[in-house]
Amino acid sequence: MVPSRFIITVIGIDKVGIVAGITRVMADFNVNIVDISQTIMQSLFTMIMLAEIKEENFDLSSFQKAMAAKGHEFGVEVKVQHEDTFRFMHRI
Amino acid sequence: MLIHPEEILETIKMVTNENLDIRTVTMGISLRDCCHPDIDTFNENIYEKITTCAKDLVKTTDDVQSLYGIPIINKRISVTPIAIVAESCKEPDLTSVARTLDRAAHDVGIDFIGGFSALVQKGMTPGDLRLINSVPQALASTKKVCSSINVATTKAGINMDAVALMGRVIKETAHLTRDQGGIGCAKFVVFANAPDDNPFMAGAFHGIGEPECTINVGVSGPGVVNSAVRALEDPSLGDISECIKKTAFKITRVGEVIGKEVAKRLDARFGVLDLSLAPTPAIGDSVAAILEAMGLESCGTHGTTAALALLNDAVKKGGSMASSSVGGLSGAFIPVSEDAGMINAVLCGSLSLDKLEAMTSVCSVGLDMIAIPGDTPASTISAIIADEMAIGMINKKTTAVRLIPVPGKTVGDMVEFGGLLGRAPVMSVNRYSSEKFIARGGRIPAPIQALTN
Repeated sequence: MVPSRFIITVIGIDKVGIVAGITRVMADFNVNIVDISQTIMQSLFTMIMLAEIKEENFDLSSFQKAMAAKGHEFGVEVKVQHEDTFRFMHRI
Repeated sequence: MLIHPEEILETIKMVTNENLDIRTVTMGISLRDCCHPDIDTFNENIYEKITTCAKDLVKTTDDVQSLYGIPIINKRISVTPIAIVAESCKEPDLTSVARTLDRAAHDVGIDFIGGFSALVQKGMTPGDLRLINSVPQALASTKKVCSSINVATTKAGINMDAVALMGRVIKETAHLTRDQGGIGCAKFVVFANAPDDNPFMAGAFHGIGEPECTINVGVSGPGVVNSAVRALEDPSLGDISECIKKTAFKITRVGEVIGKEVAKRLDARFGVLDLSLAPTPAIGDSVAAILEAMGLESCGTHGTTAALALLNDAVKKGGSMASSSVGGLSGAFIPVSEDAGMINAVLCGSLSLDKLEAMTSVCSVGLDMIAIPGDTPASTISAIIADEMAIGMINKKTTAVRLIPVPGKTVGDMVEFGGLLGRAPVMSVNRYSSEKFIARGGRIPAPIQALTN
């Protein structure tokens, strides 16, 4: 897999420890955070991260599963999507 | 951040709340190198070809789905029209070919396989006739095989002998699948100006001008368009058109990135992106709901054709800006059984078969997934087809007919097909006869529109 960038979104009810929990999983998978933003939108905790994965044979599916599982623990929804999904949709 | 958080959330909302999806990734496979006079060898050849080309189709689409986080609902295959590649088989019954396609589809794990088809707009070869005669049994004895017959084009006119046959084929198919509400007919489409690269079923086939193996992608999203239109505050029709255009653009872009990635990974040619608003039974994921969002009390009332024309045109404009590979049908689908809003409109009496016919002159397909009484004469079904073919022929567009004369049911009854096919109220047809007109046969000549050279 070529080095690629992913958008990670975490959406749900705010709780103590979400950021720590989620970023811990990312560190375990050696996923680097390039940019991060976090707000409360319409009373929902919303964290968006731009992450970079440099590894050649990164196991995306395991990473997505681990992230979703961690999200489940906190009762929030975590999505890991290739940056192109958003780049293609919103930029010409 | 390169992308604004609000834009990211907009995309996520489209998927989670508004049913944005890639409706289908359809692999087109040429079977032209499979011809053989012995039907058993022919069947072996096509099984081998399909299962080789498509062995990684499902896994690859699943991988791409998780990479981009956009659901890909169906994986399908379209093949060269079987009437062409089976022409040299002298076997009168081609049901075994349909069974082979079914087995291949099952073994590679896809949802549907299309191409049990014939192109007979100007006349039928013996092979075409053998295929057409095999259609009812083929559809009754398979699960995943879809069949289509092109009986008209703007260039050739309408083959009325074939149209007459279609009525009988549809009746026979309904009869053979009477235990399941005539569901065989849901897998059978009669076309005018059938596109060679349509990824949607039941009408997909791999046209004769197509390369060896292609990936065609069908993107959907009536729910997204519906929400976008409803979010506008007191818009003019111009504002609505602009909003639909922008939304269609965004949806198409996602389809393109996914289609190209799937094609690259499978070493196939990226064919077309077909942005068609294909409704599902899910609430809000409805073309009728979009028309109602424009201000109609109920789909089918006066003004519906105009609203649909606006919608269809805006979808095409947005799509054509977003991708250079837009093709297939690309527009709005109006299948009755698959669209909760259409079903309601029929039930409350605002939407009739006649209005649906008018609507098909401005949208991308035709009379689609419409249940009619089981005792409708074959000639009446043929005449409905002839009308629809005439609309396609004169307007230089694709039109199609997918009717289900539900055995034992009559107007007002409801028939359940299940899954994406949904449920359909049985609609009334004109009770006066078209028998003599259909029995005349022959060909309606190509219209003056054909003389473009």
